[in-house]
Amino acid sequence: MAIRLKVFRFDPEKDEEPYYKVYAVNAGPTDRLLDCLNRIRWEQDSTLAFRMSCGHGVCGSDGMRIDGICGLPCQRLVGSLGPEALIEPLPVFRVIKDLIVDLTPFFERYRSIKPYLISASPPPDDERRQSPDEVRLLESAVRCILCACCTASCPVNQNPETADYVGPAALVRAFRYLFDSRDQGFVERVPVLDRKQGAWGCQTLWKCTEVCPKQIPVTKSIGQIKRRIHEAKKGT
Amino acid sequence: MILDHDAVIVGSGLAGLRAAVEATETAGVAVVSKVLPTRSHSGAAQGGITAALGNEEEDRWEWHLFDTVKGGDYLGDQDAIEIMVRDAPRAIFELEHMGVPFSRNPDGRIAQRNFGGHTRQYGKAPVRRACHAADHTGRVVLDTLYDQAMRQNVKFYAEYYVLSLVFDEGRCTGVVTYNLATGELDLLRAKAVILATGGCGKIYRTTSNGFATTGEALSLVYREGIPLEDMEFVQFHPTGLFPLGILVSEAARGEGGILRNDAGEPFMERYAPAIKDLAARDVVSRAILTEIRAGRGIGGKAYVHLDLTHLGERKITEKLWEITSFARIYLGIDAVSQPIPVAPTCHYLMGGIPTDTDGRVLADEKGRVVPGLFAAGECACVSVHGANRLGCNSLLDLLVFGRRAGRVMKEDVQGIEVPASRPDPVEAVKERLAALMGHDGVERSHLIRQDMQAIMTDHGSVFRTEESLKQGIDAILALKERFSRVAVTNKGKSFNYDLMETIELGHQLDLCEVILVSARNRKESRGAHFREDFPERDDRNYLRHTLIFDAPGGPRIEYKPVAITRFQPQVRAY
Repeated sequence: MAIRLKVFRFDPEKDEEPYYKVYAVNAGPTDRLLDCLNRIRWEQDSTLAFRMSCGHGVCGSDGMRIDGICGLPCQRLVGSLGPEALIEPLPVFRVIKDLIVDLTPFFERYRSIKPYLISASPPPDDERRQSPDEVRLLESAVRCILCACCTASCPVNQNPETADYVGPAALVRAFRYLFDSRDQGFVERVPVLDRKQGAWGCQTLWKCTEVCPKQIPVTKSIGQIKRRIHEAKKGT
Repeated sequence: MILDHDAVIVGSGLAGLRAAVEATETAGVAVVSKVLPTRSHSGAAQGGITAALGNEEEDRWEWHLFDTVKGGDYLGDQDAIEIMVRDAPRAIFELEHMGVPFSRNPDGRIAQRNFGGHTRQYGKAPVRRACHAADHTGRVVLDTLYDQAMRQNVKFYAEYYVLSLVFDEGRCTGVVTYNLATGELDLLRAKAVILATGGCGKIYRTTSNGFATTGEALSLVYREGIPLEDMEFVQFHPTGLFPLGILVSEAARGEGGILRNDAGEPFMERYAPAIKDLAARDVVSRAILTEIRAGRGIGGKAYVHLDLTHLGERKITEKLWEITSFARIYLGIDAVSQPIPVAPTCHYLMGGIPTDTDGRVLADEKGRVVPGLFAAGECACVSVHGANRLGCNSLLDLLVFGRRAGRVMKEDVQGIEVPASRPDPVEAVKERLAALMGHDGVERSHLIRQDMQAIMTDHGSVFRTEESLKQGIDAILALKERFSRVAVTNKGKSFNYDLMETIELGHQLDLCEVILVSARNRKESRGAHFREDFPERDDRNYLRHTLIFDAPGGPRIEYKPVAITRFQPQVRAY
């Protein structure tokens, strides 16, 4: 069978404006959409640019917009698409070429939440103890692969007026550390989180949760950060 | 541009990051990677990291040492293995202190599970030795080490592709890189270089490896006249998701999963009566392919079943979330109630760039050190894995030897002055690149790559013979000839993957030849290298490491002895 892919193209070296180009690709229903994109690149048009690495939803390289919804083409099978699919780069970020966007601001914001264990007490000679329940609390958040699909899908990030919102991916990582029983970094992270560009930027619109390729309850996790901040303020 | 650093680390997977975190306290470190941070293939490791912590039951590093020696079919260097297994608990605790979200047992200690070939009392029964974070251990360790590297302000050159190593009077003094976003060439000058670029699984058609695992660091080193060690030993993981080859972790069997053939028979009982499904990977892969050859694949096809259905939903969703998601996404299979189709998939390269136990690259069989050049991780061969790596020993290798390379390298660069490279190494690379881009041959890299993958799959996989290896070598040489007429049709500067993949292909073809020639030369069966025409291990002639050198008339082979300290070779049965 053949599928038609209508692909966003933009090469800053020669294009003034982006345009769409349609490619017909032979593919079976269990082929990955990523396989189709590779076939285009290898067999039809070697100039097409997109990122990929692991090919099975673990590395987070190939986030893009598929029929208007952010996702990973390595996780989408041709059989789940219609006869023609629309392939575009992730919104929110600047397009560098074709489906490749500049993720520098994404990683900068990620970094701003201090994504590492903060602990004042020196570690023991062996491991710190943590109960299975304490680990279970982090179980979904640590599945995050930093694909940026959530942040790209967030209407708050998409709105130019509120685009300085740190975004759901950074907040998921903040959740992962704040709710880690070994972490003591709440106070250090509050200045980044307790503001409208931080956790309060979230308007509970659920887009992040809908698109997450790893089924992380993103919105709920952000809600728990908000509650933690609220309770800390009430307590003081 | 010329950019100066104390040290350049090529590769941002676990070995590279661990080295970076170690060295950056006192040395200015830059990490170069052709992919963005956290995209490296270490992240696809699932099952865990071994250490004789004894959190679940009695365990001892001596047992871990024995298992690793036996798992490698006595080819691993026992002094190096001893360093690794004795350092393992420290390496795990260090990760825990950095914040890795390990799964825990009811005591709050790091949870450990069974893994293939890991036993108590020198082979008596399986032992729970694999420390893990569910089934995404590699990814969470990668994230944690990246976070540590950021915290320490390690400089990253992301999406920079290394085109050549730079040497000055025998010392490695940097790399020439191609900036994927702009197409510009830079000289990253350094007092030392650590290569940590992983394996080369993409030379095979079916592999668990990602697109970026093309092995160019191995080939770059080889082209400089430095040998590669034990390249005939390529691991095929028994359980790749059929037909894609995506890794289905051994953790599935560690948690109790069972392999079954078309009759529903748990066939591993016949091949490894003592530890059955938890035998070493080479043993299980051969067993699966033997079943398939005998017509006992599922429906007579080229796969068997991995059955988890007796484990219960809670264990599956909590401990094996990732692999069940792969079965669901790619095959529409619910692993809670249906068996998963699996077949062997190319997974890991035991061979690599020869190093000492501090990551220093060795130039010959006498152990001459290449100044300023280090290697760690899958691209290196210490050798701790011998002829076959045990599951969960690879992350341990990366962490232990990545750290050791970083530690020695940061001492090594003290007091060294970087010489100004003459003649400019960028110019030479620029000319080569211009020649490749200006070439308008009729061959296309994707077609040559397809043929290469078919040849390696047919001639260099699990079962090998003289005749087949010879045919494979001839076919690869013919492909190399075709490659000389390859054209890069994309002439652009920004994200020109056509160009990058063409350069990768040249490296891959070199490695194919190296693997097949090494395999043809080893006329015995040991670990992952199985010769149907020489089915027995031959310690008298081949209990030694292969070193293969690039020479004008074709590859030249030398040998070096195996370090045997505690365990003399015995019959290897599971």
